[in-house]
Amino acid sequence: MAPPPSSTSSAVTLKINGDKHTLSVDHRTTLLDALRERLDLTGTKKGCDQGQCGACTVLLDGRRAVACLQLAVAAEDREITTVEGLAEAGQLHPVQQAFLDLDGYQCGYCTPGQICSAVAVIEEHAAGWPSAVTDDVRPEVGAPPLTADEIRERMSGNLCRCGAYVSIVQAVARAAEARMSQEAAV
Amino acid sequence: MREFDYRRAVDVSGALALLDADPEARFLGGGTNLVDLMKTGVERPARLVDVRELPLNGIESTDNGGLRIGATVTNSDLAAHPEVRRRYPALTQAVLAGASGQLRNMATVGGNLLQRTRCGYFADVTKPCNKRVPGSGCPAVEGEHHNHAILGASEHCVAVHPSDMGVALTAFDAVVSYETAHGPGELPLAEFYRPVGDTPHLETALPPGALITGVTLPPAPVAADSRYRKVRERASYAFAIGSIAAALGIEDGVVREVRLAFGAVASRPWRARTAERALTGAPANAETFAAAADAELAAAKPLPHNGYKVTLMRNLVVAVLTELAEEAAR
Repeated sequence: MAPPPSSTSSAVTLKINGDKHTLSVDHRTTLLDALRERLDLTGTKKGCDQGQCGACTVLLDGRRAVACLQLAVAAEDREITTVEGLAEAGQLHPVQQAFLDLDGYQCGYCTPGQICSAVAVIEEHAAGWPSAVTDDVRPEVGAPPLTADEIRERMSGNLCRCGAYVSIVQAVARAAEARMSQEAAV
Repeated sequence: MREFDYRRAVDVSGALALLDADPEARFLGGGTNLVDLMKTGVERPARLVDVRELPLNGIESTDNGGLRIGATVTNSDLAAHPEVRRRYPALTQAVLAGASGQLRNMATVGGNLLQRTRCGYFADVTKPCNKRVPGSGCPAVEGEHHNHAILGASEHCVAVHPSDMGVALTAFDAVVSYETAHGPGELPLAEFYRPVGDTPHLETALPPGALITGVTLPPAPVAADSRYRKVRERASYAFAIGSIAAALGIEDGVVREVRLAFGAVASRPWRARTAERALTGAPANAETFAAAADAELAAAKPLPHNGYKVTLMRNLVVAVLTELAEEAAR
């Protein structure tokens, strides 16, 4: 059987923040460029465009990923959440509110990536994932307390050239505490 | 970037056929290295065969007490898996020491093994590089090489393999499974990467067109007391300048069993077998640890700007084995 002829573009349907968008993409198009240039979802920022700064962090099937190294055509069938999709019913996501309340930014360019990353960090920690600064990774020991050191390590994929890290760490800690007390109350 | 065809494979035989149909095709896993290299023109595939959704994403215990890890398991899932954390904690530590949370969610086990060196000359298509363009030369030998190889290199290439995960897998005798159009095969990780010699562009012993399907860890009770330590130029999210995976079993003050592998010192994760032989049956103390490190590093051929790695690796061996010995004594 002859293989189907090769093609350099495809029609894809991307599920973004609960909405389906069908578009034709050159296979070279990254998810980041598709979001910003084709779908007007400019909340996701382009920093280094080579996976080193985290400004383009989005959630793929609930897990954080850098959109600059994700081909759009390969993101079909995945649930994509961008910073525009975090608020619900006019209410900011608790992580967004914590960044506002604690000044977790200066210029704001890295902030959407920081916030998407922080949302996932809190979920990863709640799922019991250890980090590179966790002393004992054995499962019996459980997840370590989400200390400033743990937050800094887990957030190290998001660079902030303004150096707003002190407030970012506080904002992530506050949002994590809020989630845990909410869970305890349920 | 060169234009390319994109196909998503749904099963292993389909993936092999899609790759086979185009001599310039590449498998796409998480893409964290390949897509980056395509942007800079180091990689110019005519077709990508997306293997991320192949049913190879499980981690299962083997009958004899080892673990079989599928090739498309993400680095995050590998590091978080309870049996990996319980039986091979240095593997979890190694994976968590690499990249960032975002990249670990994307990157796969198979892709991690096949990632390319981060040598700056390899990454820059305007520069000669024997790995990228065979015969063009190696500027690193006389140029920027402070993070290049001290072991197993040649005048043709002094690049290091950047994986953290691979260092722990090497220490624990991992075996790589693959499929080809002509059937399956296996390669111990110790034989997976080819010697550099005068062919640095030929990196692995995989047959052409092979697809990595998984990695098997044999049972290794000693690995339950293991550690990965990584030295880098900033506190997080950087490649190693030297790293070590170690496991130590002690009986009556004597080393019963030891596993040692080094990262960021060679073109492959470096199993320190000379040191292991020197240590086995020797008293577990700092003197024998240092002597074993020296025996391993006697083969080192540092360049003018990376001689520090010899000292660094010696210190790492002594520090990590001493810690493991102290913990065992408690």
